[in-house]
Amino acid sequence: MKFTLSWLKEHLDTEAPLDTVSETLTRIGLEVEGIEDKAAALAPYVVAHVLTAEQHPNADRLRVCTVDAGDGQPLQVVCGAPNARAGMKSVFAPPGTYVPGKNITLSVGSIRGVESRGMLCSGAELGLGDDHDGILDLPADAPTGQPYALYAKLDDPVIEINLTPNRPDCTSIHGIARDLAAAGVGTLKREAMPPVRGEGDGPLPVALEFEPADKGLCPYFALRLVRGVKNGPSPEWMQARLRAIGLRPINALVDITNYLTFDRGRPLHVFDAAKVKGALTVRRARDGESLKALDGKTYALDDGIVVIADENGPESIGGIIGGEASGCDAETVDVLIESALWDPVNIAQSGRRLGIITDARYRFERGVDPVFALPGLDLATRLVLDICGGTPSPASITGDLPETERVIDFPWTETRRLAGIELSRAEMKVTLETLGFHVAGAGDRVKVLTPSWRPDVEGKADLVEEIIRIAGLDRIEPKPLSRNDESIGKAVLTPLQKRTRVAKRALATRGLVEAVTWSFIPHDDAVLFGGGKPDLALANPIAADLSDMRPSLVPGLLRAAQRNADRGYGDVALFEVGQCFETDQPEGQSIRATAIRRGTARHEGAGRHWEGAAAPVDAFEAKADALALLTALGVPTGGLQIVAGGPGWLHPGRSGTMQFGPKNQIGYFGEIHPRVMKALDLKGTLVAFEITLDAVPLPKHRPTKVKPALALSDFQPISRDFAFVVGRDVAAGDVVKAAQAAERKLIAGIDVFDIYEGAGIPEGAKSVAIAVRLQPVERTLTDAEIEAVTGKIVAEVARKTGATLRG
Amino acid sequence: MTDLDTLEGDLLGQVGSASDEASLDAVRVAALGKKGSISELLKTLGGMTPEERKERGPLINGLRDRVQGAIATRREALAEAALEARLSAERIDITLPVRDAPESRGRIHPISQVMDEITAIFADMGFSVAEGPDIETDDYNFTALNFPPGHPAREMHDTFFLAPDHNGQRKVLRTHTSPVQIRTMRSQEPPIRVICPGRTYRHDSDQTHTPMFHQVEGLVIDKTATIANLKWVLEEFCRTFFEVDAVKMRFRPSFFPFTEPSAEVDIQCSRKGGEIRFGEGTDWLEILGCGMVHPNVLRNCGYDPDFVQGFAFGMGIDRIAMLKYGTPDLRPFFEADVRWLEHYGFRPLDIPSLVAGLTS
Repeated sequence: MKFTLSWLKEHLDTEAPLDTVSETLTRIGLEVEGIEDKAAALAPYVVAHVLTAEQHPNADRLRVCTVDAGDGQPLQVVCGAPNARAGMKSVFAPPGTYVPGKNITLSVGSIRGVESRGMLCSGAELGLGDDHDGILDLPADAPTGQPYALYAKLDDPVIEINLTPNRPDCTSIHGIARDLAAAGVGTLKREAMPPVRGEGDGPLPVALEFEPADKGLCPYFALRLVRGVKNGPSPEWMQARLRAIGLRPINALVDITNYLTFDRGRPLHVFDAAKVKGALTVRRARDGESLKALDGKTYALDDGIVVIADENGPESIGGIIGGEASGCDAETVDVLIESALWDPVNIAQSGRRLGIITDARYRFERGVDPVFALPGLDLATRLVLDICGGTPSPASITGDLPETERVIDFPWTETRRLAGIELSRAEMKVTLETLGFHVAGAGDRVKVLTPSWRPDVEGKADLVEEIIRIAGLDRIEPKPLSRNDESIGKAVLTPLQKRTRVAKRALATRGLVEAVTWSFIPHDDAVLFGGGKPDLALANPIAADLSDMRPSLVPGLLRAAQRNADRGYGDVALFEVGQCFETDQPEGQSIRATAIRRGTARHEGAGRHWEGAAAPVDAFEAKADALALLTALGVPTGGLQIVAGGPGWLHPGRSGTMQFGPKNQIGYFGEIHPRVMKALDLKGTLVAFEITLDAVPLPKHRPTKVKPALALSDFQPISRDFAFVVGRDVAAGDVVKAAQAAERKLIAGIDVFDIYEGAGIPEGAKSVAIAVRLQPVERTLTDAEIEAVTGKIVAEVARKTGATLRG
Repeated sequence: MTDLDTLEGDLLGQVGSASDEASLDAVRVAALGKKGSISELLKTLGGMTPEERKERGPLINGLRDRVQGAIATRREALAEAALEARLSAERIDITLPVRDAPESRGRIHPISQVMDEITAIFADMGFSVAEGPDIETDDYNFTALNFPPGHPAREMHDTFFLAPDHNGQRKVLRTHTSPVQIRTMRSQEPPIRVICPGRTYRHDSDQTHTPMFHQVEGLVIDKTATIANLKWVLEEFCRTFFEVDAVKMRFRPSFFPFTEPSAEVDIQCSRKGGEIRFGEGTDWLEILGCGMVHPNVLRNCGYDPDFVQGFAFGMGIDRIAMLKYGTPDLRPFFEADVRWLEHYGFRPLDIPSLVAGLTS
């Protein structure tokens, strides 16, 4: 919403300077977005008298002028404009002036050997339009030395406010003035507005053709005919104001409607009566109808859109834009002035669907003051009579004004209860009344009647807002929130939230870099990773490749790794901890922790090194990341099973599934499947793990935090090595498990220290070498006892895996 | 000169000229071994008269002690020299680089870091953390929050929709974290004190907007919470978050469908040379929206607005991260460029807390 200071002062009697007005507007919730103050911006530019203009000695196209800028001292200025001549009045800028049209600051200079102390300016150089023909050529009576902005009436600052959608009353300058008056910046001017007395017959009554349920689409329609007008340009003062706020003056009749749209927040429309055939009807448009609107575009209409039609069809889209065919021009003699009410929701929907943004739509979709419909019509009529002459008819009115009055039962203590500030009743009452509320009663509770222009005020909280925004929120003293005693010592995070945080830190300490990637990914990527279902596809994606809610974090990270590789950073290790989507229900959303490594980005370091180059990453890197994460989360991994194979996006022979039993899979790790690599156009070696944090079992709640007693043995542990020859497909994990099972009490740990295939080992077999650590508990083991244990281990491994001891 | 003196001079001379451990040992054996010259002398003591012994004993023992001492000293000197020789031979090039530690390579994303900072501050004021789903119903995202169907405020939200289900209902990607207010109020009894950080989505993309971003919502519901408390909470937060002694804030009346009265909050800052500093200067920077929870929202959650009241606030996590850490653009937050992450990311163990300070 834009307006000028002088226009505001038409409605507000105030001496307040611009700064005060601006600061007050922001303070009361009408945030000032910008102020264009040409008087300040153009302050150095003055009307100047060109005394002489002679040919430049060294340049054909330049002239050397002497200029009187008002102080009687002739100044020498070199000027390149073809129209520079002695005796003319133009605009002069002294050295030090910023020239907006050229984005330069003037200095005393020498142009082709002749000194120049300033500049004679064109309109374009002042940032006023794009006239490049030459310097401004002002009338002879322009007073030399006067600031040009003042002379050209450009000294009216334009204020733009960022209006919140709840304040239709401030789509009018009158409404803004009312708010400022309530805030103590001047007094609202109220002029008496006697109704217009019409002569002769009114226009044909307008028919509101709606089903009963649709009556709200246009509840009220007032129309007046003014006969015998002369429609020329509107007066200069009106044109200047419209131009200042960015509107193009058209002709007096149209300008009057635009003027009142801003002045009073009352959009109106004018039809050339000669171009309207028969009576006007307001109705839903019919499919197939169209309208060429005043913006020159043709709009296809349907029954969602409300039109004003005559016998020729639609002439105007109600409350949004008029039609070209029935518009007013210089030939217009009889004019129909419309002042109607429209349904805000329908206006908003129609405007959005048609893509039409107009000042009328802006107001009707927020809610125009119904009570002002007829006074607005009278005000417009009087302006038409003043400017264009003519004879008004009586108004023809169809429909009824909707009920707008609300009575709010208001205890004065409500302000303290919600806002925590003590204000006097007198102050609160004055505020409400200046804003147009009527306060009835005198006790602790009063009845507050809302004005017709404030559809946003519905209850007590709204009144508190009115009171405190005018009082100023800065008057409310901050007050500490009392400590919530029950919360002291309680965890602020849920276990899952805690795990999410720990997961990020744990993965980062492994040299992984945290990425945050889009929640939506390309459809094809989603399908590859088990997603892409219709219920997780966006109906209106912002780009074709951001279309489906991600089923996994892996594809986003893989793509990110490739982008980095394409930039020359191939050894990347990335992780993300974030949401994934299996269904569109809240339970279908889970938090996953995922890491990928590319190239040689191993935990110990990437790339070549004098101690030895890093090998390409493999599934064990991903496995190590996954297990490190589980350990950091405090998950007991004793019961964790690693099963060969994983989901389809992992290499079937180089991947594993982590589970606590077959029904409780918590994640996967491994090398990315070559087919997925190809589909995503990925190069190099990529491994990944993904763990669903929601699926990881939480530790059982224990009533005590005491750790189990520690039993330390006084006896030296001993270690025995075994090399087993087993079939190539036997898992080393099974060998270890079998050895462990042989003697649970004494075996404290088993390490796999060598895997060998080749010479000395039969075809199809491999050697698995393990070191078993025995920890005596009660006394040192005798040789016989150690023999017995090793015998049991060999027998148990042989029984479970078919192993033989390597000779 | 006695024979003992001669022997002593002789032996000490040999000790002094022993050039290594072996030759020193040979001297030791020759003097103090079973058949050594001093050992032989000691043996003669047994055949002496007491008077003789009284005179010769101390002389011979003294000789033995001095030779023993000389040998020990010489041995130490030889060992020291041998060590010096070894050390001067054992040299590595300590300028050779070691691999960067994983802890020095890893990074935490600024969004995670700032979320942890926010949590630390509000936890201290008694807030806990609540969460809700990214895919929301129209009711939670709009209607329950007092956005009437067709209201222009809905349009300000540029919503992402999912395909309509069999009932024609279409779910939305939440446009703000405010639906978590509703979920919290519908599942808990007051008093409530929560913050709700999370991902949010709007159909908007340019220099300063991305279709996905992060917000944190705050909600306090009890019987006494007022705007005065709201101002205190936000001032405490801003002062602590931006790590300045005091921050000047401006509360401007504004509009949100789910709060009444509503306000937007600006903080004062200076922008000298493109660097934003808080707690000084004359510029105002908008950082959050807030207000008293709208009576309709309280009613929608089953509360009586005449007895239960509270406030809510919301701000962009990415935005305050950009402000605090001087990140110029929003888009790179989601591009996973390791160069950007390494520069703007945080070290793994830079864990924000009020005990140790938010940043080190």
